[in-house]
Amino acid sequence: MTQRDPKLLIQPGPQLRQQMTTPVVMRDVWYALAPATLAGVWFFGMGALLVLLTCIAAAVLTEWCFSPEEKRRYFLGDGSAILTGWLLGLTLPPALPLWMAFIGGAVAIGMGKTIWGGMGGNLFNPALVGRAFLLATFPIAMTTWTSPGDFFTIPASVFAMPLMHGVVDTVTQASPLGLMKFEHTSTGFIDLLFGNTSGSLGETSGLLLILGGLYLWWRRDLDWRIPVGILATAMAFSLVLFMMDSGKYPGPIFTALSGGMMLGAIFMATDPVTSPLTPRGTWIFAVGIGLLVVLIRVFGGFPEGMMYAILLMNATTPLIDRYTQPRVFGRGLDTK
Amino acid sequence: MNLFRRLSNSFDHGVHPRHHKEQTEHLAIQRLPFGKRFVIPLGQHIGAPAKAIVQAGDTVKRGQMVAEPGGFVSVALHSPVTGRVTDIGPERYADGTFREAIVIEADQYDTQQMDVNPIDWESLSIEDFINEVQKAGIVGMGGAAFPCHVKYAIPDGQKIRYLLINGAECEPYLTNDHRQMVEQTDALLYGAEIVRQKLGAEEIVIGVERNKPDAIKALQDAIKPGQPARVMPLEVKYPQGAEKMLIKSVFDIEVPAGKLPRDVEVAVNNVGTIIAIADYFQTGKPLIERVVTVSGPGVSYPANLIVPLGTPIREVLDYAGGLTEETRQVVLGGPMMGASIADLDAPMLKGSSGVLALTEHETGRPQEYNCIRCGRCVEACPYFLNPARFARLAKSRMYEEMAETYNVMDCVECGCCTYSCPSGIPIVQHIRTAKDHLRSMKGKVK
Repeated sequence: MTQRDPKLLIQPGPQLRQQMTTPVVMRDVWYALAPATLAGVWFFGMGALLVLLTCIAAAVLTEWCFSPEEKRRYFLGDGSAILTGWLLGLTLPPALPLWMAFIGGAVAIGMGKTIWGGMGGNLFNPALVGRAFLLATFPIAMTTWTSPGDFFTIPASVFAMPLMHGVVDTVTQASPLGLMKFEHTSTGFIDLLFGNTSGSLGETSGLLLILGGLYLWWRRDLDWRIPVGILATAMAFSLVLFMMDSGKYPGPIFTALSGGMMLGAIFMATDPVTSPLTPRGTWIFAVGIGLLVVLIRVFGGFPEGMMYAILLMNATTPLIDRYTQPRVFGRGLDTK
Repeated sequence: MNLFRRLSNSFDHGVHPRHHKEQTEHLAIQRLPFGKRFVIPLGQHIGAPAKAIVQAGDTVKRGQMVAEPGGFVSVALHSPVTGRVTDIGPERYADGTFREAIVIEADQYDTQQMDVNPIDWESLSIEDFINEVQKAGIVGMGGAAFPCHVKYAIPDGQKIRYLLINGAECEPYLTNDHRQMVEQTDALLYGAEIVRQKLGAEEIVIGVERNKPDAIKALQDAIKPGQPARVMPLEVKYPQGAEKMLIKSVFDIEVPAGKLPRDVEVAVNNVGTIIAIADYFQTGKPLIERVVTVSGPGVSYPANLIVPLGTPIREVLDYAGGLTEETRQVVLGGPMMGASIADLDAPMLKGSSGVLALTEHETGRPQEYNCIRCGRCVEACPYFLNPARFARLAKSRMYEEMAETYNVMDCVECGCCTYSCPSGIPIVQHIRTAKDHLRSMKGKVK
């Protein structure tokens, strides 16, 4: 080596890498979620924003606490903790007391992700683990839906303190799914599409969620098979039921647009960590969710089944992966 | 999906890196001037190293054989210049190790004319033809440097129907095959005809990626009426030039795992290899030089060069204007499967298709994150393996499971998985580690 040579690096190939990195993927999901989130905040007011921010803060703080000091920068740098908190916030009732939201965020990261070994190791979707925990712990607060109201009025329940019985002063209103389940009343499709209904923060505006999904699909961050599979299965299944008894069962369009269907199908079930790797497995996973959602909604005890449907199918992911390995090139051929 | 792939002449999966060929694809091939000192490593091809038949102090002529094949899977080596053998001993190799090599000092006053004669190939029997190709030192010029004649030794009971010529050149930056197809079209078709007749093949098919329209046109124009040859434009996709992918793209045949192209009645040769064969039989010139693409953002004047084998890599780079300050890495071969060079004084080899100078922009590695199971590698692997699973198993050293359940030994290390990984996991390196480990274990059991 002579003096004029620059210092040469020795590294194994391939030397070229595509430019997409995990933090970029996570950031893409932020952008995709932003329109629906803004719409939700617009409909439900500042209180909803506070709930959302509390979830994110709790998630990030938990991630920070549980990550080893030398790796903290990377654990937080990939942006996944923010996303988990964000997704959790979108599934919560807009007037949930903040301390509950905080616990939800902490549980989502702590029990949903960290104890599995951190990013990539978890079996269940962390945001939904947090939500399931909250639903089991605070069933009343978690099923108190407010109707969209004034932007600057913050419901008093948001600032309720732990172990105190907060005065519920909000205008409560059953969610479209509750109306359907217990009173067999349908809600207008236009309201469902644009999100002007009661429900959780993020599950109201179907249209903006679809736009976000299309953006992710265009950026190739999203496995299109999962939302397509879930929606197609759920709609087909509910169409069959609807044709059997249209007075009792919801129609396919209502099924697709109501509740957490869009949010779940586009942003929750597609979480790569907890969905199958193989293309065939992905279809099985999506069809399973679609069937379970309608089953739970129509025949189960809860008006909404998206969360449990996804969590149940999450549990089957390793099994699905194992049995849906694609045929290796040049193997399993008919040999002469 | 399959129908779509059929219509676009391609295989399934693979990746689309930017091809960066615009730097050199329109530059005519130039000849690199002879240097002073040439190093010819004895083991620069796959198989047994060649055996030196000269001694230090001998004078050699350009094109004279200096080492004979060390076995059947081995080829001869020839002197790239007229000069004097100064040493036979360990010399720097591209990977930083030392290997046995013949060092030849060029005679500065010689005209470097060759004293060789054309060979009448038509009267040769297939055995003699195979011997001649071995004697000419011809190996696969695509990068692997597999002795070419071995492919022509077809066992009894098998026949070759198609001679498939690999002009895919799917590695980014490289344009040496491209320029040869444009400039040496007749030699390519002549060489193809020699091999086709000797193997008794019915047809010559030349697979070329669609990003080389001038090469496709040149070949189509040059094919004489009556010659059983055709050009097949292929989708631009990496690794289109991998032997088994190419066969799938062109003939829609899957070569079974562990089998060779000849098992499906196909023989595959690289463009450069066929031209080397044509040169040998037309003029008698053995494999003593090859076309090399010097490119990348780290060189000032990218070029396609005829380089005498054994020339130091440094001289090739100097001819292209030298390395810029920004250069971080020099790669021998393509950027996907080529290797980093440890020492610029190492010699150019028969398998060196390119010398690339890359800057931080290309070689910078992203921070490694945990696998998020996004499945991009699964959808990139042309062999339909499960790279994400490999990375996870390799980290726990479960190599046996990788082989038994997931067929890790089928991997050709094309690097699509590592290329596509957003978490920056060096998957193909984990696979190499596993394969090495499995091979050494197998040796111990025997």
